[in-house]
Amino acid sequence: MATLDAPLERPREAPREFSFSESVYRWVATVDHKRLGLMYIATALVFFLISGAMAGVMRLQLMFPNGRVVGPDTFNRLFTMHGTTMVFMVGMPMVAGFANYLVPLMIGARDMAFPRLNAWGFWIFLFGGFLLYYSYIGGGGLSGDGSAPDVGWFAYAPLTSRAFSRGAATDYWAFGILVSGFGSIASAINVIATAFSMRCPGMTLSKMPMFVWVMLVDSWLIIVALPALSAAQIMLELDRKLGANFFDTQGGGSAVLWQHLFWIFGHPEVYILIFPAFAILSEVIPVFSRKPLFGRPAMVGAIVAIGFISLGVWAHHMFAVGMSSWSNTFFAASTMLVGVPTGIKIFNWTATMYGGKLRMDAPMLFCIAFLLQFLCAGLTGIMLGVAPFDWQLHDSYFVVAHFHFTLLLGLVFGLFAGIYYWFPKAVGKMYNETLARWHFWVFTIGANLTFIPLHFVGFLGMPRRIYTYAPGRGWETWNFIATIGVVVQAIGLIFFLWNVVQSLVKGDPAEDDPWDAWTLEWSTTSPPPEYNFEKLPVVRSSRPLWDLKHPHDPDWKYE
Amino acid sequence: MVALSLAMLLQATPALPEHRIADIFKPMASPAAAEKDIALLTIAITAIIFVVVGGLIVFTIARFRRRPDDGDRVEPPQIYGSNQIEVAWTVIPILIVFVLIGISARVIAAVENASPPKHALHLTLIGHQWWWEVVYPDYRITTADEIHVPASADGQYATYLTLQSMDVIHSFWVPQLGGKVDLIPNRNNYMWIDPREPGIYLGNCAEYCGTQHANMLLRVVAQTPDDFHAWAAQQQQAANEDTAVQEGKVAFEALSCVNCHTIRGTSANGKFGPDLTHLMSRTEIGAGVEPNTNENLRAWVADPQVAKPGCLMPSLKLTDKELDEVVAYLETLK
Repeated sequence: MATLDAPLERPREAPREFSFSESVYRWVATVDHKRLGLMYIATALVFFLISGAMAGVMRLQLMFPNGRVVGPDTFNRLFTMHGTTMVFMVGMPMVAGFANYLVPLMIGARDMAFPRLNAWGFWIFLFGGFLLYYSYIGGGGLSGDGSAPDVGWFAYAPLTSRAFSRGAATDYWAFGILVSGFGSIASAINVIATAFSMRCPGMTLSKMPMFVWVMLVDSWLIIVALPALSAAQIMLELDRKLGANFFDTQGGGSAVLWQHLFWIFGHPEVYILIFPAFAILSEVIPVFSRKPLFGRPAMVGAIVAIGFISLGVWAHHMFAVGMSSWSNTFFAASTMLVGVPTGIKIFNWTATMYGGKLRMDAPMLFCIAFLLQFLCAGLTGIMLGVAPFDWQLHDSYFVVAHFHFTLLLGLVFGLFAGIYYWFPKAVGKMYNETLARWHFWVFTIGANLTFIPLHFVGFLGMPRRIYTYAPGRGWETWNFIATIGVVVQAIGLIFFLWNVVQSLVKGDPAEDDPWDAWTLEWSTTSPPPEYNFEKLPVVRSSRPLWDLKHPHDPDWKYE
Repeated sequence: MVALSLAMLLQATPALPEHRIADIFKPMASPAAAEKDIALLTIAITAIIFVVVGGLIVFTIARFRRRPDDGDRVEPPQIYGSNQIEVAWTVIPILIVFVLIGISARVIAAVENASPPKHALHLTLIGHQWWWEVVYPDYRITTADEIHVPASADGQYATYLTLQSMDVIHSFWVPQLGGKVDLIPNRNNYMWIDPREPGIYLGNCAEYCGTQHANMLLRVVAQTPDDFHAWAAQQQQAANEDTAVQEGKVAFEALSCVNCHTIRGTSANGKFGPDLTHLMSRTEIGAGVEPNTNENLRAWVADPQVAKPGCLMPSLKLTDKELDEVVAYLETLK
């Protein structure tokens, strides 16, 4: 049976010059999964910078007690827009972007199952983002009250009811996310259909790359969890515009109902966001350790287990709302149980490195930092899962530190690993390794400098979402250090941006397979042609390129 | 000199120690103590896990990083996995988790299902944007922001709180006394505290509740039972009548102050803002935004939006004369 028999070196396409309008048209009208994937990632990066700048302003305000950088209303809008943007306009398009770019390439397909749905999903997501940000202009509504939304990213009722949130800001929030959520659901359906029906000959589910497995489970979680949020937002708009009183307590509605509906979406969402990092690590760590992923079946089992358990932990965000002791015990138990499969993943990544020959290039550095930092995030998560401990920690800066360790020092580190790893494939040029190392070290120091102190200030009773605080409560030093950390992070990001721009303009041409890797995307040119593969590959194991490079010792003999 | 001695005379009881640093690891009441114990146990367990797993990761990186003398094309042995190892690192974490679940269940039940002791004081705390209404149903007292409760070393004087909200969700959090419980409109929540030492314990509203969430501060004034009863007896009296500030009282009653504030014994019986009957027995203005001094009070009445921008009390644009009279009157409300 023939495996990949196409030679790795092939003639590059003759470059064709496009006029400016032609190239714009080629991006806007494209249904190519690679272009859409890159557009998702680029859009997410732009939103990441905007939202990061907002965080910087907030940290400046909190650098000293009685800060006077911004007032309360501006601050409240900043943290609402920061959280909403990071979750829905950065995290979600990163899921879609990486899945879009890589899933077809990794399973040897020429495109996603539904290319037009794919393009629709991107554009509807983007317009959802515009709608959210248009609130700065249109949020005043007819009465002229308000600007951007200021209800927090989980927008607890009844603060969102018309009595407490005047103007149209909350409506822009609800509709912006509702609309971009349709894009995420479309993209998730597409990933599932692609992974199930477009795999190349020989690639059974058990031979599908781990990246695709994780994205598949992620997409299932999206289509199970996101509709709960969409429904809640439609109910909120019925309340606000048609007086439906689902959540409006003054009309007899229930404030706790909103919390249940939101977190039934919101907790799986946390896993939806972190899964791309899991997916990226499961590809980068084996290649840079020169060993196959340790315990592949256990890794698949663990990701599926996380998917299921994460649907049953939502009320651990609600230990303080006065649930019965039985409910609190149930959700404490389910929350701690989800730590078990997450632990299995960390152990297997470590075991993959054990006995290998670790190449310490930028993607691997980010993966290693992820492992250690995500371990911290997981353990502080266990602390928050212990309900009596959570009664103290809930809504304090400890929680802020915990989820930034998960999403910034976890997810974003994973994404940086992925961006550096696939940069040569996607643009056909190598990034600058020296700048990447500067980026890594400066950003790692800055991020830790910001978020380690915030754990301690939480122990000292500092609640989240306060725009100011009085001196003398033991919070000054920690807050000052955290703000210095943000400045360091910003410098780290400048190294990253400079690296991207410089490498795009004058980076060295990349080889097709610069990392000596094993999945199918490295068997085509860098960047891949529109049709991905001249000839559809046939695979016999989960590391088709290993088989090709080691004909005397192929994987399929052992799998 | 005269002023100083007068101030010392007025200070009948010795000042209570103010615990400004609300460290959850320095508990001063049973719920906080139970939470501290389980917190330390959890931190110990997770710290051991961190050292073991983190150590393994660091060891792996140090031991197996590529050396310059490694042959570039020689791949390490290809290991695909081991079922025994997978079982081991699945079962051990499950055992640890079950220990934690068991301990959590015990503490959850102990704190949530405790029943009131004999001398328990009942009070109702009602959250407003952005201040706290404190009602003692047994004493017929209504006050604001500063919650007076009895303290006793043996825990005989527990205080049971019924938590309600007039508008949006707030959360009661005084870290040294206990973890937080939300105040939710259309719902009664309950919690209890039993401060062991007299003192002033600081806390914050812990659920984001709108513009001035940051300045919705809590002060729990724990007193010896005798001091508490003296305080309650004083609070039960109607407002101080002082003929010297009669113009101020008239002005207060004629202005729109009365739409929101109550001063018992006068025609002011608004319910929207804090009860001012014994305003000067409180040490802070605006739910802890600044100390209740003469200058601060005057500035607050002139324009509350300066000290607490966005708060629901408007500037009434009083003339200087009205301001002088009203503030002079308020300052007699001991």
